[in-house]
Amino acid sequence: MRKLGTAVGCVLILLWCLLPVAWIISLSFKSQAAITNGSPGFFPADGAGAGWQNYKDVLDNPQFRRAIVNSIGISLIATLLSVIIATLAAYAIARLEFKGKKFVLTMALAIAMFPVVSLVGPLFDMWRTIGLYDTWPGLIIPYMSFTLPLAIWTLSAFFREIPWELEQAAQVDGATSWQAFRKVIVPLAAPGVFTAAILTFFFAWNDFVFGISLTSTESARPIPAALSFFVGADPFNRPASLLAAGAVVSTIPIIIIVLIFQRKIVAGLTSGAVKG
Amino acid sequence: MSTYTATAGEKARPDTTTPPDSNRAKAENALGRRLVLPAIIVMLIVTAFPMLRALYLSLYNYSLTAPEDKEFVGLSNYVTALSDPLFWRDTGVTVLYMVVTVAIELVIGFIFAMVMHRVIFARGVIRTSILIPYGIITVVSGFAWQFAFSYQNGFINSWIPGMDLQFNWFGETTPAVIAIMVSEIWKTTPFMSLLLLAGLAQVSEDMIEAAKVDGATWWQRLWKVILPNMRAAIMVAVLFRALDAYRIFDNIAVMTAGAVKTESISFLTYRQTIEQFQLGIGSALSVLLFLSVLLIAWLIVKLFRVDLAAARQEG
Amino acid sequence: MAAIDMKNIVKKYGDGFPAVNDVSIDVADGEFMILVGPSGCGKSTLLRMIVGLEDITSGDMMIGDRKVNDLAPKERNLAMVFQNYALYPHLTVYENIAFPLRLAKEDNKTVDEKVRAASKTLELDEHLDRKPANLSGGQRQRVAMGRAIVRDADAFLFDEPLSNLDAKLRGQMRSEIARLQKKLGITTVYVTHDQTEAMTLGDRVAVLKRGILQQLASPRELYTNPGNLFVAGFIGSPPMNFLPATVEGTTVELPFGKVEIPADKAAKVAGRGLLIAGIRPEAFEDASVVDQTRKGSTFRAKIDQVEWLGNTAYAYIPFEAPPEVLEQLQQLERDLDGETLRTQLVVSLDGSSKVAEDDDAEIWVDTSQMHLFDPATGENLTIDLERAGRVPALEQGHDPAEQVQAEHEVADRQTAAAESAEG
Repeated sequence: MRKLGTAVGCVLILLWCLLPVAWIISLSFKSQAAITNGSPGFFPADGAGAGWQNYKDVLDNPQFRRAIVNSIGISLIATLLSVIIATLAAYAIARLEFKGKKFVLTMALAIAMFPVVSLVGPLFDMWRTIGLYDTWPGLIIPYMSFTLPLAIWTLSAFFREIPWELEQAAQVDGATSWQAFRKVIVPLAAPGVFTAAILTFFFAWNDFVFGISLTSTESARPIPAALSFFVGADPFNRPASLLAAGAVVSTIPIIIIVLIFQRKIVAGLTSGAVKG
Repeated sequence: MSTYTATAGEKARPDTTTPPDSNRAKAENALGRRLVLPAIIVMLIVTAFPMLRALYLSLYNYSLTAPEDKEFVGLSNYVTALSDPLFWRDTGVTVLYMVVTVAIELVIGFIFAMVMHRVIFARGVIRTSILIPYGIITVVSGFAWQFAFSYQNGFINSWIPGMDLQFNWFGETTPAVIAIMVSEIWKTTPFMSLLLLAGLAQVSEDMIEAAKVDGATWWQRLWKVILPNMRAAIMVAVLFRALDAYRIFDNIAVMTAGAVKTESISFLTYRQTIEQFQLGIGSALSVLLFLSVLLIAWLIVKLFRVDLAAARQEG
Repeated sequence: MAAIDMKNIVKKYGDGFPAVNDVSIDVADGEFMILVGPSGCGKSTLLRMIVGLEDITSGDMMIGDRKVNDLAPKERNLAMVFQNYALYPHLTVYENIAFPLRLAKEDNKTVDEKVRAASKTLELDEHLDRKPANLSGGQRQRVAMGRAIVRDADAFLFDEPLSNLDAKLRGQMRSEIARLQKKLGITTVYVTHDQTEAMTLGDRVAVLKRGILQQLASPRELYTNPGNLFVAGFIGSPPMNFLPATVEGTTVELPFGKVEIPADKAAKVAGRGLLIAGIRPEAFEDASVVDQTRKGSTFRAKIDQVEWLGNTAYAYIPFEAPPEVLEQLQQLERDLDGETLRTQLVVSLDGSSKVAEDDDAEIWVDTSQMHLFDPATGENLTIDLERAGRVPALEQGHDPAEQVQAEHEVADRQTAAAESAEG
């Protein structure tokens, strides 16, 4: 009985998670002509299949190609900067006794909860004045408003778990401070830093609000924004299958990362919030 | 790290309740502050600074279409916003999105967590698949569900028995809101379930077995033993998700663009500032949005007595 | 190999708090020295000062003939086993043991020889490729020891190495450590809060309380000639009984009646008024099973409870104590990390004794084993200084009352610190 329930539950979870993904993949194989004429149903109807045509069209589209480059570049730089700054802060929070420790964590949490749309208006105005509008830095800086708190929160949870007295044990074993740090602490901290980087990257990759508000051309527009501007002629009948192909392309990196690092990602997601 | 017992952290210090060495403490204090300083500066630059700017702009009548007409108007932007029924309608819709999605996510997320907690083999497969909705771009989720609900190219109408195949989900408020909620719930339930799973893992098996021996039914064990002991995890999950849901934007922008009264307060703010260049009133809305998020956070923390610090340090 | 000589070591924290206060301990080359005391006594701080993880406020720390006060841990050439073993979770057992050798840049062949030799001694051969997370508590403990013995360290330091093991394993590892130390003949300093470990392992034992060395002596000396109430109460299990006593001539009045003590003891306490008598449970016996020729006194008392263990039986006899004694006993109980229970006498009877609960039994006591303590300072008035090792409080230039004062200050601070930490 119990086993049956669990098995049914597993199937439900798999359906929940994968059905919409299967749907968007299936949709991406419907031909554009079929979409324009209306082609309901989960799978492409007979003769309405497009093969790889939609993918070819999407990848041939210079704007979309440019969006991929933008998304990767901007997300990576924002992640890198956030993780570097957050590593310093999280080390201090986990390892050192100092006044204002709680303040930093509270501040990070408060900012993580911040409504990003509230920032859009003033940033829009300021970026236009100082020339950051529609540039990479113009997105990287606001991305830090959510990537940095997330990285601080996750990393300080990870660092708290590191048995820091190993550093002392290593010194007793004959290591210099630097050797103790490099041979003991770095190998222990690296997985945490890496996981924090993955989570941070997900957030940056997912951004939409800043992407549509602070860009006007393809020079900095990231994938989510680019997809939403992929409207075509009729706003009420978008080139759904083409969009689906774009969506699948933008999801592939996420799926690869998830497949490789699922264990670490789960640890990172939950340790930051529940455990300490 | 599993080589360590629970006392590991404490025992690194000498076995006394002594306060630390003052020189060392001072140096530590200074180093600690120096290390967190960049983080604080960046966080202030990217949030506090624009927020102050918004506060300032909200006191002006300022439109980007006519920047030279900028004039100080005091609180009148706030009066305009707060006396506009549109603001209250959008706030109401936003609260509805928040309450309904968080409530449903909590129930489904908990069921998922229970399943994941019990499943022994195929754990990796389940965990991998549950991370996919989490990792997918919200915009993509919005598109996927918009097309799924579409009567022209979707499949949902044909999968619901007795459904009119020509039914347009995006033609009226209620079905459109439902469609938006479905996309939101689909994407964020995995996150909820992982948080709850972590909480579930902290409820000791011994306690549940003790309750069995004491004669508690499955239902009683759930309500009287498991849930009370996961309180911290549940509250943290609700707080995180509620604040996130209140900011709902991406799905609305993609699926309806705010049409048929599906607009949230975030989307209204965006429309005023970015689409209509009304920075004065838009900034006032930004400030109001910020304040309402604060209010909700405060309400949840007070109402459910969430102790974030405790939730973090326990376990 | 080297001797470790601590001379007037002081550790003061920023606010003047003395965690270790003027402690002098000389550990001879090859000696097994135990630092023992309840939590907060400064024993771990002292150990960490030896190894160099804690700064020394004043005093000299000598290893061999080197003064090491300002040397980094790396330069002191000591090996340490931590309470939590401090194994490196990312390294295999082999690499954990090899770690100090790798740091010393030994060539692979030497490393392999030494690691194999250590793993053979510690029976870790089949676990060399595993990670610490997959080992049991006892195995982890052995890996930690392995890491210590591969080095040619001048001394071993142990920081409560057995406290995370269960009782059975603790016993096994205890004899393992003792055997290893004898075999290697290496100078060892071992910190514990467990008096059994202290008694069984140590050549000599240093008993510490609130940063002050109470007594430094062999286990036998500590047991038979404790320097003060604290040492007397700390060493021995079940602990020594403390009873209010008044001495007149050679007669001691205890709550249960009068007993006679040897004249030499009586002379040392003549005219002191109310005292605290300390008698170990083993000094008592059921009068009916005692050989009549043995010297001693008897008294009658009502038995409250009996625990029969086969070879021996413990009988409990409650008594009332006057307030000045009670207060001292409660303070002692707190010093020993204990709970204040009611005052009762524990007597150890022969297994053949038929004494039962609620009996009004006749109990025999060997009064030559009785000690008499000053209730104000806790000092042992009947101590045999020839056989008591070192008792710093009774040395020239030391005023016991002054030490009590210093200890009380520390106690107040600890209470205040504990309270502020809770707040």
